[in-house]
Amino acid sequence: MSPTISCNSVYKIFGDNANKLLVDSNGSVDSKKFQEAGCIVGVNNASFDVDKGEMLVVMGLSGSGKSTLLRCISRLTDATAGKILIDGEDICLMNNKQLVELRREKMGMVFQNFALLPHKTVIENIAFPLQVKGISTENSMYKALEMVELVGLKGRENYFPRELSGGQQQRVGIARSLAVEPDIWFLDEPFSALDPLIRKEMQDEFLRLQGVLNKTIMFVTHDFDEALRLADRIAIMKDGIIEQLDTPGNIVLNPATDYVKKFTEDVPREKVLKIESIMDPLDPNGSSSIAVSKDDIIEKVAEQILNSKEIINVTNPKDNSVVGSINPAKVIKVLFGG
Amino acid sequence: MDKNYIEIIKNSKPAQFGLLLILFLILYNFIPQNDSNYLWRLPSLLKGIPLWINNVIFNALYEWFPLKVWDPVFEMYEEKAAFREFTKAVSQGLLFLITFVREIILGGDKIIDVFVSDSWLKENDWLTWPALPWTATTVGAFLLGYKLNGLRLGLLGGIGALYVSVFGNYVPSIQTLSFVLITTPICFVLGLSFGIWGYLDKKVETALQPVLNVMQTMPQFAYLVPIIALFGLGDHAGSIATIIIATPPMIRNTILGLKRISPEVVEAGLMSGCTKSQLLFQVLIPTARRDILNGVNTVIMQCLAMVVIASFVGAKGLGLNLKIALNSLKIGKAAEAGLCIVIIAVILDRFTKAWANKQKDYFANLTFIQRHKFLIIFAFSVLIFSIVAFIANGYFDKINYLYIIPIEKGLTIAHYIDGAVDWVWETFFYSLNSFNKFLLTQVLGPMKHAYLGMPVVATFTLAMGAAYIVGNIRTALIVGGMLLFIALSEYWDRALITMYMGSFAVIMASLNGIILGSIFGRTERGSQILLSICDFFETFPSFVYLIPVIFLFNITDTSVLIAAIVYATVPATRYTVWGMKSVPLSLHEAGTMSGVSPLQRWTNIELPIAFPTVMLGVNQTVVFSLQMVILGALIGTEDLGQIIFGALSRTKDGAGVALTLGVFVSLIAISVDVIVRNWAEERKKALGLN
Repeated sequence: MSPTISCNSVYKIFGDNANKLLVDSNGSVDSKKFQEAGCIVGVNNASFDVDKGEMLVVMGLSGSGKSTLLRCISRLTDATAGKILIDGEDICLMNNKQLVELRREKMGMVFQNFALLPHKTVIENIAFPLQVKGISTENSMYKALEMVELVGLKGRENYFPRELSGGQQQRVGIARSLAVEPDIWFLDEPFSALDPLIRKEMQDEFLRLQGVLNKTIMFVTHDFDEALRLADRIAIMKDGIIEQLDTPGNIVLNPATDYVKKFTEDVPREKVLKIESIMDPLDPNGSSSIAVSKDDIIEKVAEQILNSKEIINVTNPKDNSVVGSINPAKVIKVLFGG
Repeated sequence: MDKNYIEIIKNSKPAQFGLLLILFLILYNFIPQNDSNYLWRLPSLLKGIPLWINNVIFNALYEWFPLKVWDPVFEMYEEKAAFREFTKAVSQGLLFLITFVREIILGGDKIIDVFVSDSWLKENDWLTWPALPWTATTVGAFLLGYKLNGLRLGLLGGIGALYVSVFGNYVPSIQTLSFVLITTPICFVLGLSFGIWGYLDKKVETALQPVLNVMQTMPQFAYLVPIIALFGLGDHAGSIATIIIATPPMIRNTILGLKRISPEVVEAGLMSGCTKSQLLFQVLIPTARRDILNGVNTVIMQCLAMVVIASFVGAKGLGLNLKIALNSLKIGKAAEAGLCIVIIAVILDRFTKAWANKQKDYFANLTFIQRHKFLIIFAFSVLIFSIVAFIANGYFDKINYLYIIPIEKGLTIAHYIDGAVDWVWETFFYSLNSFNKFLLTQVLGPMKHAYLGMPVVATFTLAMGAAYIVGNIRTALIVGGMLLFIALSEYWDRALITMYMGSFAVIMASLNGIILGSIFGRTERGSQILLSICDFFETFPSFVYLIPVIFLFNITDTSVLIAAIVYATVPATRYTVWGMKSVPLSLHEAGTMSGVSPLQRWTNIELPIAFPTVMLGVNQTVVFSLQMVILGALIGTEDLGQIIFGALSRTKDGAGVALTLGVFVSLIAISVDVIVRNWAEERKKALGLN
């Protein structure tokens, strides 16, 4: 099965003579040299795939090009070079009509500052993508009401955005992006403008929704903890380059560059890593009296493992088969370093 | 040592200004006042421009691009200039629309006449559209207000209409209203289209900017003569003059509003799958709604402010009545007509705002009658009042008061107002007169004399020097070029008088504004009150200010200047309050913790931070003051305005003179604008504001 999103050597360079410079540079773009020539490198040679139902979190600090990458893939800006395939079709070659069609059918996007239409009520905002599609007012309102309930805003459908809190506004943004039931869901720092407590709550809500909906997701954030919490895989970006793209566990355990290491250093591993990432191959001496799942977060089962003082079996929760073993010594190492 | 001085001058703007002033004074005092001396006055090389403009206009009207047009009267083809056919078509179209709205309410047979033959209409004199009784109009105004925003707005509409009708101003008010109802949508559509075009295309915006600057700073009078030449006299001419005046702010507001939309909202629209037109009409325009509506509001206010000026080119209505009353110094009558204009302005203002904020209820399940109940009630009341009025035809012998209360029969408080004015006049005659005399002989006279005694080289040195200090050589050249255009005409002395009146009004208005704004702008409540007073004063059309002052000070420079000062104090005050509000709270707290006294707070914290904003307000006062000074020609002054006004009766080169002088006034305003805006923006940047 082909991936839902596939990027191949995508470049985005801002500036008047970007195209010429890019051709001259023959694929190896040095952002400093480009800057001297009056161009700013947004995305530098990005290649990756996102599979159906997968959540890729793009993480980077401001100016790292993460939002630009997302906008290239949604074609809110045109990539300077490279191929971007959505379900096997190159969106860079699409004309305006096809693009509108694609966005109406397959894509939804959530924005950092909510981007709600100030003149429309909650329900009108959510129904907006349906109405531009030409769905009748009655049907789109009915569908929008369903969305209102999904994001837990029932009773507030006739409020204006200005009458809602930040968290509520973003719920509207989420509902709007989901109204057309898109396959692909783009989220551009959706929780960055919210207070820490609300952010946590919204992340939980988001995970709940994803559990139900199972969309293909690209999620942009500058918050490494958020990335670890949510991602199936994380792409860490710096100066337009993807420094590392891997599962949260692998990134924490094996940071590919010094830059990535700076983020992972202070991360409490036991809170991030799953048993899977530190388990050993199946050990015949393993005790089968208790077992832990390979998907458990270490912190959650640490006490149980350490109390048993012996090697414990690790199972796959899907079919309960034993897939490995875990040595308490390893858990101690993760917990206390060394 | 010498080097040190040069360093100081290089780095200190006050030192540069000081040097400039010294240079100016030297030039002022040492250049002989001799007409053959080019340093004193430049020769009027551009004398021919007005005549040339006139020739262009007449050429366009009568010779350029002739078309064969069928003449139904002589039954033959005739050569007619295309442009003239175009202006004719525009005039007739507008006139038809205005008459149409007018006759729907006031009744008549002109519209019917368009569709049937004259003779047939004469034979069937029953065939005339009946007037809407004022009672029904009042109920209609109430219902519309009620439907838009509840009882309070309904009462505003109803009582407003009742006042207008009972005081006998029904007919002129409806005439004015029909004028506004046709002109406003045209301005709206034009303004919105150009605004969108300017937003979408950077080049168009750059091209629009200077045109809008000139249009907005030209005195309204300047358009009248060319409009008469091109379109003739009548309501349509007034409408065209108003369109020219009222469209620029609509364009500006549209561009401003569209530019302020956050890029994310545009992206959200795109990601929702909007096509280009859906994005424009469902995302961009509604999101910019607040600014666009402000534009509409400005358009309505401009329309009403123009009614008096439009009456000079033949527009009927309240404006004409007010003009006539003013000309014969009937202050009471003038005040009543003015009040009607203000009432219409307030009602239209509130109604459009309420209409724009109206919300739809998607889940209400209403029957046909519930949905249209207001319309049904209105239809019924029209029917009932019409029948009652019709039956009453037999009861009243000459005037049927149930249709229209004519102006001479309406209630009036004009004689009370006149009485009050007389009383003020009698009681304070001595003090008013001596104040007036003092001002004229001790302040205004010498000031005028000083301006007229300014050698042209000194004026240029001062203006270009200031422009150079705040900007760069380019700014100086722009300002110099604009002034040169005036200096090379034969109207430099008149322009100096305009400048003297303008600068006096600007200085006084700015002082008022800064003082008021600084005192009230300190507290949230104070600034709210002051801003709403500003709003209130802004609903008055500009000429309304002339009514009271004429009485108090007769027809002198003092009257015009006081009107100009009051009028221009509004923007100065508003901007000062905004400036005071822009002082960050943390700075106030830092000041408090440093133990500043109130005066120290004002001079050390508030004023420096607020000053760039205040200067932008001063910039506005320049435009406001000049408008009023020129408007003063209506009652007689001797500056540029008077010649523009006089051009109304000049046939040979009237249009050219009016346009040229109008441009002069606008050039004066723009020169000041270039200098002040440059300075304010530079200063804001230096203070890290924005």
